[in-house]
Amino acid sequence: MIRFLVKGLMRDRSRTLFPLLTVAIGVSLCVLLDAYLRGVTGGVFNATASFVSGHVQVTTRARGREGAGASNELALLGVGRLLADLRRDYPDMTWTPRIRFGGLIDVPDSTGTTRTQSPAVGMAVDLAPGSPEYRLLRLDQSLASGHLPGAPGEVVISDDFARRLGVRPGDRLTLVGSTMNGSMVVRNLTLSGTVRFGVTALDRGALLADVADIGQALDMADAADEVLGFFDHGQYDDRAATRLVDAYNAAHPAEGDFDPEMATLRKASGFGSLVDVMNAASALVIGIFVLAMSVVLWNAGLMGSLRRYGEIGIRLAIGESKGTVYRALLAEAFLVGLAGSALGTLVGLGFSRYLQEVGINIGRMMRNASMVMDDVIRPRIAPGSCTIGFLPGLLATFIGAAIAGLAVFRRQTAALAKEFSS
Amino acid sequence: MRSIVQSPWSVWLLSFSLSLGTALPDGNAILKRIDDNVGADNRVVVAEMVITGRRGTRTIRTKSWISDTEKSFTEYLAPERERGTKMLNLGRQLWTYSPDSDRTIMISGHVLRQSVSGSDLSYEDLMEDPRLVNRYTAQTIGTDTVIGRPVWKLELTARTADVAYQQAKLWVDQERSIVLKEERCSRGGRLLKTTEVREVRQFDSRWLARSAVFRDVLKAGGGTELRLDSVWFNVNIPDSRFSKAALKK
Repeated sequence: MIRFLVKGLMRDRSRTLFPLLTVAIGVSLCVLLDAYLRGVTGGVFNATASFVSGHVQVTTRARGREGAGASNELALLGVGRLLADLRRDYPDMTWTPRIRFGGLIDVPDSTGTTRTQSPAVGMAVDLAPGSPEYRLLRLDQSLASGHLPGAPGEVVISDDFARRLGVRPGDRLTLVGSTMNGSMVVRNLTLSGTVRFGVTALDRGALLADVADIGQALDMADAADEVLGFFDHGQYDDRAATRLVDAYNAAHPAEGDFDPEMATLRKASGFGSLVDVMNAASALVIGIFVLAMSVVLWNAGLMGSLRRYGEIGIRLAIGESKGTVYRALLAEAFLVGLAGSALGTLVGLGFSRYLQEVGINIGRMMRNASMVMDDVIRPRIAPGSCTIGFLPGLLATFIGAAIAGLAVFRRQTAALAKEFSS
Repeated sequence: MRSIVQSPWSVWLLSFSLSLGTALPDGNAILKRIDDNVGADNRVVVAEMVITGRRGTRTIRTKSWISDTEKSFTEYLAPERERGTKMLNLGRQLWTYSPDSDRTIMISGHVLRQSVSGSDLSYEDLMEDPRLVNRYTAQTIGTDTVIGRPVWKLELTARTADVAYQQAKLWVDQERSIVLKEERCSRGGRLLKTTEVREVRQFDSRWLARSAVFRDVLKAGGGTELRLDSVWFNVNIPDSRFSKAALKK
């Protein structure tokens, strides 16, 4: 029976070509959209984890409440011991301390007078040899000129920022900021190099320095704003992160404002709800796609039924039951859906793979963005990408044929002879 | 840096004693009396700023040389970490010198909105035109009692849109024309900063607020107390004191 139907479909292309193309195009778009949204979400998660909050984050309770913009006054103290405890208790994770600071970068001329100034957002990370920060922040790949800080007082700034300030590696800068206690700090620095993170929000005016060096300058020796934890497999796992956070906070209840408290990336970065919205939007788009394809294929089925009006009439006249004819139409639709879905999945995966390699640069759209995400979006193919369009493709074809095929049951067998004679 | 003594936040510090009638007087006339009391004579002030943060208290001791309402030179005497830091304010311009970096840096832009040494005051607060009549129109809305003194209660409205605090309320000592309490608000009436005088004393025959607490309502912490230690009036201050060269000396 199946072979009979396949032969029919192959020999009568007008019955298959349009539905097959419709399904294939729809499924390929579905696969591409899914991979694109995975890429966007993954890009936001990865960039946020690397530059903002880690997969989990330990801060003081007060800082956790007030967010990343909080004053250094709310920093963690006794970070050496805290790090040692975290590394002992959670050895399958990478833990690293960071200090965030803001200030004014002043560039002197040859006489020491201010030549230019600009506000800067600073991040101090562990730059000791072998530090995980080189990998987490992709520092080696991000270096645009000069070298990474290696000596006290050396810093790197983003390449765009350096151009704006008109400075080059080796030039002297002065940081005007405030210590953890609020005292004014004026610290001479040497620009060792420039970096390009590929994240517009950071490339506008970021300054990167060694955490020990900046800790001394800001009265934050053995202190840090946050200790970030990263899963060793590199991907954010919300369930594992939530389990870890619940266990840590239960074991170390934060009673005072300055006790350490752990939070997941979703909570710490504050965009968990945004990701939920993106996931919901993705499901909605796929739902709309299935509905739209069903309508198109229903229409195609109706046209097919009209064109095959005579054929169906003859089949009914020679004794085939309406149910058999209807089931045959459904089986044909299933085969078309199967072939279309397979073709669409292959095309969608191929196109996604191509875009995954070349990327889509949205840097120009991100000029004023404050969200930390990579400027280049790379669609991400996951095991789910292979199946995401398949079921909708089959469903749409099936639903379309099922609705259109109902016309079979409206045919009056008693009137068939009259129809054929006219 | 314009000295705290010269700032609009603390015009009450240099107010003379004045007697006022008991009927509600014109608000603008009261403002003028407060401004007149500030005066424009040279003075040298030693003060302490006690900053109560969320983790503890810090005390900063400064000495300021002030000439009229436009020029001031401040040197940090303590704590040790900030000792030798100097600030020069000439009109709307502010420079700071740090002995650690041996650099003189002009403070401008968004840094002016930041707090002075972690206190509840910003550089911008201290650099505002100290003459109230230039910035506000006032209406006397009643009387009250603050630290046991009868006061006029004034409602102030900014004359121009560039004034940092578009509305304010003052509680002014009826007899001495010293501001004993102050509330500064945004255009929408949101309370932003407050000042409360704790102690009033005579310095060199003038009534001044010896101690006052400033609070940035949007900032967590216990406020910033300003205590006047010594004030010398009509001191001869050479012009060279108000030069960038003096910062490095």
